[in-house]
Amino acid sequence: MTGSLAGGGFAGAHGASETVIEAEGLSLTFQTPDGPVNALDNIDLRIAKGSFVSLIGPSGCGKTTLLRTIADLERPTGGRITVNNGTAEEARRARAYGYVFQAPALFPWRNVIRNVKTPLEVMGVPVRERNVRARKALEVVGLEGFERKFPWQLSGGMQQRVSIARAMSLEPPILLMDEPFGALDEITRDNLNVHLLDLWNRTDLTVVFVTHSIPEAVFLSSRIVVMSPRPGRVLRVIDSDLPRERSLDIRENPKFLDIAHRVREALREGHSYD
Amino acid sequence: MTDAVSAAPVPRRPSAVRRAWSAYWARGRTIPVLTVLVVLIVLWYAAALWVNADRAERLIGQTGEEGIVAYATAVWNMERPALPAPHQLAEAMWDQATGQAITSNRSAVHHIGVTIWSTLIGFLAGTALGIVLAIGIVHVRTLERSLMPWVIASQTIPILALAPIFVVVLGQLGVTGVWPKALIATYLSFFPVTIAMVKGLRSPDILQRDLMHTYSASGSQVFWMLRWPSAVPFLFPALKVGIALSIVGAIVAEVSTAAQAGLGAWLLQGSYHGLVFRMWGALFFASALAIVAIALIALLERLVVRSRGGAA
Repeated sequence: MTGSLAGGGFAGAHGASETVIEAEGLSLTFQTPDGPVNALDNIDLRIAKGSFVSLIGPSGCGKTTLLRTIADLERPTGGRITVNNGTAEEARRARAYGYVFQAPALFPWRNVIRNVKTPLEVMGVPVRERNVRARKALEVVGLEGFERKFPWQLSGGMQQRVSIARAMSLEPPILLMDEPFGALDEITRDNLNVHLLDLWNRTDLTVVFVTHSIPEAVFLSSRIVVMSPRPGRVLRVIDSDLPRERSLDIRENPKFLDIAHRVREALREGHSYD
Repeated sequence: MTDAVSAAPVPRRPSAVRRAWSAYWARGRTIPVLTVLVVLIVLWYAAALWVNADRAERLIGQTGEEGIVAYATAVWNMERPALPAPHQLAEAMWDQATGQAITSNRSAVHHIGVTIWSTLIGFLAGTALGIVLAIGIVHVRTLERSLMPWVIASQTIPILALAPIFVVVLGQLGVTGVWPKALIATYLSFFPVTIAMVKGLRSPDILQRDLMHTYSASGSQVFWMLRWPSAVPFLFPALKVGIALSIVGAIVAEVSTAAQAGLGAWLLQGSYHGLVFRMWGALFFASALAIVAIALIALLERLVVRSRGGAA
């Protein structure tokens, strides 16, 4: 029923390895009062359509900066980034992605459904279609019946689900998520992870997911990109051979533990304490 | 048996009025406010007795009466006490408001109406000007540098000095009547609106602005969907200050331009002719006007807040 939610024009994309996001020698240096900061250094990355890619690394490794560069919220100072066969700006203008921030960033004066409709209003979607799409998006995140509630009446987890619904209402082919569940308790987080994985399974959505939790990255991803801090570099890319359909139990599975171990090793490698 | 049951007293639900009444008391503002009021009135009576002491003594000296009652009675019955007692003033104000035809020059209502008119025009113009300036300042960096110092400087000039100049200049240009007074009210009331709206329009956080950027929202979409709704909670306190300043501006304009009508003109006539009750009446009518105006804005605020789901 909700299978068409993400990018109807991409039928049969499953299994294809068409590249949707590509970075080549991508660098970004921030000029700060304390001198230049190398946030990203010579990043090469290729993200295939329909994949779920996690960017993992310690704080300050540039994973959020990388995501923001994909979203055209930051401009790279070197190298090249391609999103959906165009520049990042073209992709943003074409509304090729939905972005979920660390905090829900809901508009407190709008109720749930009007918050979800915000991007559709910006895009000038006809009023009737806005309603249909917003309700569908709320259904996907399991928030039917909460349309008329205001943000302050919802728990943190529900607010974040509204913000996911808001990103999904655009029906974007790409979903960019910046530690979306970082501020939530573990039970809520597990629950939302299952929801998200289910959503990804039912669609041909491409997800780029920033996290600093190893179990979360392994549970969700088809590919894990391990990054090192200062300057932000790609240390290792680990492909997951876990099945696409997963339940939380898979975290006890030896394969899961093996991937988690490899991610941890890679992280340790990049972390020099000298 | 059944009779006994039905005869048992049925606990009665308190009526809606009763419940509203107890909810009102439970809010706990009434008692403190009333207490302060009672204290003020007591002090006021004491002050009236004290201030009028000399003349009252002379009065009872003529009649040969003695004692506090005679003394107080003498004070209450003065035609022109230096400081009237509360009940005297209340009586006089009632007469000022209802004792004359409202078109009469002696009716307080007539003068209040004149003042309301210039206050309202000035308030609306001031609010509009304040919002427009804030929008300019928030969106154009050079305007912030060039305009903001002037906005602040404008409020450092005593309005009492400025008002006659306005009136003379505008009179030369043929602008008379309500307009010079409204202009002075505008001059005072735009300021709090500008300051509050600059802050309010800047209040959306980086995340919310980034979000609109990811939607590739246009400047006007960012304004109407994010900046303006974010600023609304900042607007109402500014409007309350603004309406009070508009009233002050209108009255000052009436005083300083020797206007024919309006609370300021009434006040001035009162002080020329030593009409104590008129001076005090003008004062209390003006503050009553401000209280009603602010209450109306508070009501509007409550309606708006409710439509926004209680998000302040």
